[in-house]
Amino acid sequence: MGPPSVWHRIWDSDIFYSFRSSKITMVAAFLTALIFLLAIFAPLVAPHSPYDVATVDLMDAELPPAWEAEGDPRFLLGTDNLGRDLWSTILFGTRISLAVGFLSVIFGLVVGVSLGLVSGYVGGYVDSFIMRVAEIQLSIPGILIALLLAGTLRGVLSAEAYNDAIVYVLVLTIGTSIWPQFARTVRGSTLVERNKEYVLAARVIGLSRFSIMWRHVLPNVMGPVLVIATINLAIAILSEATLSFLGVGVPPTEPSLGTLINEGQNYLFSGLWWITIFPGMVLAVLVLAVNLLGDWLRDALNPKLR
Amino acid sequence: MIAFLVRRLLQAIAVMAVVALCAFFMFQFVGDPVNQMVGEDATKADREYLRESLGLNDPIPVQFGKFALKAAQGDFGVSYQHKRAVSTLIVERMPATLELAVTAAILAALLGVPAGVYTGLRRFGFTSKLIMTLSLIGISLPTFLIGILLIYLFAVILGWLPSFGRGEIVKIGAWETNFLSVSGLKSIILPAITLALFQMTFIMRLIRSEMLEVLRADFIKFARARGLPNRAVHYGHALKNTLVPVITIIGLQLGSLIAFAIITETVFQWPGMGQLFLQAVQVVDIPIMSAYLILIAFFFVVINLIVDMLYYVVDPRLRVDQPSGGGGHG
Repeated sequence: MGPPSVWHRIWDSDIFYSFRSSKITMVAAFLTALIFLLAIFAPLVAPHSPYDVATVDLMDAELPPAWEAEGDPRFLLGTDNLGRDLWSTILFGTRISLAVGFLSVIFGLVVGVSLGLVSGYVGGYVDSFIMRVAEIQLSIPGILIALLLAGTLRGVLSAEAYNDAIVYVLVLTIGTSIWPQFARTVRGSTLVERNKEYVLAARVIGLSRFSIMWRHVLPNVMGPVLVIATINLAIAILSEATLSFLGVGVPPTEPSLGTLINEGQNYLFSGLWWITIFPGMVLAVLVLAVNLLGDWLRDALNPKLR
Repeated sequence: MIAFLVRRLLQAIAVMAVVALCAFFMFQFVGDPVNQMVGEDATKADREYLRESLGLNDPIPVQFGKFALKAAQGDFGVSYQHKRAVSTLIVERMPATLELAVTAAILAALLGVPAGVYTGLRRFGFTSKLIMTLSLIGISLPTFLIGILLIYLFAVILGWLPSFGRGEIVKIGAWETNFLSVSGLKSIILPAITLALFQMTFIMRLIRSEMLEVLRADFIKFARARGLPNRAVHYGHALKNTLVPVITIIGLQLGSLIAFAIITETVFQWPGMGQLFLQAVQVVDIPIMSAYLILIAFFFVVINLIVDMLYYVVDPRLRVDQPSGGGGHG
């Protein structure tokens, strides 16, 4: 028998063991992967194309799910108030929600990690300033910051431009509300790494500060960043849903899950429960699964619990 | 102690100054106040007159000075949308939001703290695991979804509770309360639960994890070794030590109450400050938005100051001047 293959090593590793032994985590991972795949391949999976105005008929509006009496087998989960197939709209909407979620986390991560590195390594006034800003921002709930930013941008851009650029606006506002966590953690780790011998060695050789930060310190501080990123993914998805629900997010022409829930709320009393409940369920399952994954990751990577 | 206080105060003032600057620039760069306030048939001369009388042609530092001065006195200008003074609007809606927030906070504390203590003490029991699972769901469900589900269950299907509005309001002096009427009491139940749910689960998980950490500490072992009954150990020693971070968190929670109140008020059409702010964002009503920004910043700065001072008072470790600290427990 030769040396164990990569797969064997992964299977036997600590992390994967803790993954295997927790059924809930495996279910969560499966659900997350499933939702991701469905969303990514939405154009192929969706039975209808909800954004194509030619195929959407107002006469089909407000139909209940297929298993109910007045349901139409063409529309599995019923239709919304504009006649769009709910299942297809949910698929495309999840796509938008996930895209905004991921991009926001990446944005927040890049900004936060960079600022944290600089703050921890350079120290002095730069450090104090960045950390002050981060602290202040951390004490204000993210939604408020996102709302204020979104509102201001709405005033600066015209309504049309705002809706066209909505993904960028959302990524910017949500990303801005989450960078401080990354910055704080990375700064802490950087402060620790800074005094280690390999950094001193790099400085003795004469490497530039940027080079040391980027190629030597950064790889060693990325561990906790992964956990924070996962937890913040759930937060980002929730934030986007909330902003869309409140009317300052994705517009109803190409709705995300939050927008759909908002639209559906108007019809709840007329008995059209499916427009709100189904997107709500998908959102809840998605966020729950991501939260569970984040929880597991945090416990698995926590040195204190090993 | 005094140096600490002074430093924090100076920082607070600096933050408020920056926030005031941001709020001021919102006015400058977002839309044109004159266009927002007059109709379309106003002549150019009229607009110029309005511009002059509003002081919009003054140099920027002068404008900022006036803005800051007025803000400090509570005058935030006139809302574009409602055409009334912003401060009046805010004061009108404050009772609604405050009653909702306080009810929710009390609910969250009443249910969250005991739940946290219980799940911390009996972490492997079935009830504990059940509560923990429910709390995870509580954190994952967005507030507005919980609100909608509650409305659907209790208002649409069961018809027990109203689904929007505040019910009958009773005026006591300048304050309008909805606690004194049956319909008012019924109306506040669902929004308060919705608002409280997130806080409740948060508080519960926090107290639980703090209890777990503290129960591992040495001084707990020593207390048990001394023969103290469980009750004394758990409540007298363990719980007291969990309080320090809990204070910060409660401070933070007050903040998130404001944020989630916006969502809850929107879902339930509750006529409070949160709904006012959201409508302002939707129609880009700058005076209300900038007033909100300043008020919220002020609120948070004050909360942070109080929390910092409370920390100082509650945690004796912060008051020890010698660096060694003697290894005693707090």
